[in-house]
Amino acid sequence: MSASFEKGYNALKEQVDSTVAAFFSSCVHCGMCADACLFYTETGAPERTPIHKTEPLRRVWKQEYTLLGRIGKLFGIGEKVTDEMMEQWETLIYDSCTLCGRCTMVCPVGNDIAGMIRKTREGMAAAGHAPPGLIGATKRAVTIGSPMGVKLPALKAQIAHVEKDSGIKIPLDVEGADYMLLLSSMEIMNFPEFIDAVAKIFKHANVSWTISSEAFEATNSGIQIGASDIAAELVQRIVDAAAKLKVKNVISPECGHAYMAIRWDGPNLIGKSFDFKVVHILELLDDLRQQGRLKINGRLKERVTYHDPCQIARRGGVIDEPRNLIGMFADNFVEMPETGKMNWCCGAGGGVSSNERADEIRLQVFQRKKDQLDAIHVDGIISACSNCRIHLEDGLEEYHMEIPLLSLTETLAENLEES
Amino acid sequence: MTETELLTWVRGPGFQIATIIFVLGIILRLFEILMLGRKANLAEPKGSEMSSGLRTVFSRTIPDASTFKRSAFTVTAGYIFHIGLFVVIFLFAPHILLFKDIIGFGWPALPSTVIDATAVVTIITLVIVLVHRLRDPVKRFLSTFDDYLGWFVTILPLITGYIAFHRIGMSAPSLIAIHILSVELLMVVFPFTKLMHMFTLILARWYNGAISGYRGVQS
Repeated sequence: MSASFEKGYNALKEQVDSTVAAFFSSCVHCGMCADACLFYTETGAPERTPIHKTEPLRRVWKQEYTLLGRIGKLFGIGEKVTDEMMEQWETLIYDSCTLCGRCTMVCPVGNDIAGMIRKTREGMAAAGHAPPGLIGATKRAVTIGSPMGVKLPALKAQIAHVEKDSGIKIPLDVEGADYMLLLSSMEIMNFPEFIDAVAKIFKHANVSWTISSEAFEATNSGIQIGASDIAAELVQRIVDAAAKLKVKNVISPECGHAYMAIRWDGPNLIGKSFDFKVVHILELLDDLRQQGRLKINGRLKERVTYHDPCQIARRGGVIDEPRNLIGMFADNFVEMPETGKMNWCCGAGGGVSSNERADEIRLQVFQRKKDQLDAIHVDGIISACSNCRIHLEDGLEEYHMEIPLLSLTETLAENLEES
Repeated sequence: MTETELLTWVRGPGFQIATIIFVLGIILRLFEILMLGRKANLAEPKGSEMSSGLRTVFSRTIPDASTFKRSAFTVTAGYIFHIGLFVVIFLFAPHILLFKDIIGFGWPALPSTVIDATAVVTIITLVIVLVHRLRDPVKRFLSTFDDYLGWFVTILPLITGYIAFHRIGMSAPSLIAIHILSVELLMVVFPFTKLMHMFTLILARWYNGAISGYRGVQS
């Protein structure tokens, strides 16, 4: 990745379309997006106001795509984007934004601010102003195939463990399977129970599935850092593997941005519709529930809540499915005060967790989640994103709260009728 | 120039020039936005862009309960001066006569005492809004010349209109001429400032709703 200011500037120019122009034309600096952003509410720093983070993109739009801006540019007036300016914006755009999209939901003129910050990242990455942690993760994703450096032997070792513990065979590279499962590195290394849970549920519901040895990684650092070319390459690996194994569906696992990457961005990144369907694991499980293929006998008595991962719920459209599934086994389910599409981010999505520089602030803004949890007194938090899960555990520890974190898929598997 | 000549000019050529800049400016700005276009979405949709977009155009007028609580001042003050502006501009009898002249039909007016009171409330609210903008850390930080210019050209016709209605200080023709001039200033500035949000927010809200709706989320 050779980066330069010119490349960054051109990348920003490429990001401007009619949506961006309509959004910037409409902003009246009312400041309501600040009140919707945990990086502002928990720090009180006005420069962390969401719309301010998009300033590099706004300046490019103004100078390149408006009559007044272009006249100004001719006479050398108007605010320019410079390399120094982009450098200054780096921590705002990467350390103080998880692309959670809550600002997008409250903006009274309707600006998709999170979408604009995502676009601004394209310019930042191309100009070389991205956090070292994310650059490292992205390089590993391209060269090794996983942002955490997880290689096939590591996956095979975890599969062997799971097979030994559960007695269920994990199908690797099975041609013609109905579903091809993707996994996040985090699941492979930290939560192999997820693989175990999926295997149990699929055996129980008689789902034909497989994992590809050539494209098992679901995460996509390219969309976090804002490098569409890299993101497209990572998506293409999955597309190729799906074609090779002739699968009809690809399953996105319990990971927020992975779903965004493959489900919503994927076809647009490679410039071609997919020949297969992408489903989130929760969508598939809810489908199985509707078909009556999930028989539950266990009950969860504890008072539990559900944390909506931003990219799966607000940005992804999977909101009812988890609630339908939890309803199958939980006796005492309670919603957080603001929930579903209005849930507050855990504070570590959008590449923040891969960026060590943001460690302090992500724990500081966790206060927002703490306030939400303090209002409902639960014995367990169910979620569906291993990144949220790791960070929620981190945050709870930091704030001396003892609430266990549960994966929805795993909890469902535990309560299945033995088959 | 006598005051009658001034009034004749602001009502005639002045108004025509302002109207041309206003209308052409708005068309240019909308064209500038729309001609950029946007790429077709290749992902399989989970919902409709069109219906969700249209829904958001209206629904975004009312914030959800938690957002209202967090931004209560901004929302309340915003409602008051926007509704106030609408009432004063469109429901005052002399204004309706002008619209009737231009577009050929009119509509019922509100009593002028109601308009008068509304104008006072709107002016006071706009002053409070400005003070808030200058004092609130986020708003002060975000604000640029454009924001203050937009505020100034909006409050000016309200003040000149109020003075003209009550005939304070000068003779009626001069006061009316100044009032019309201030409106013409607003019209000329309108397309090139934040005031354009009056039109572009329809596009912005539609896009917002469409982007979410495509993914099966109501925004």
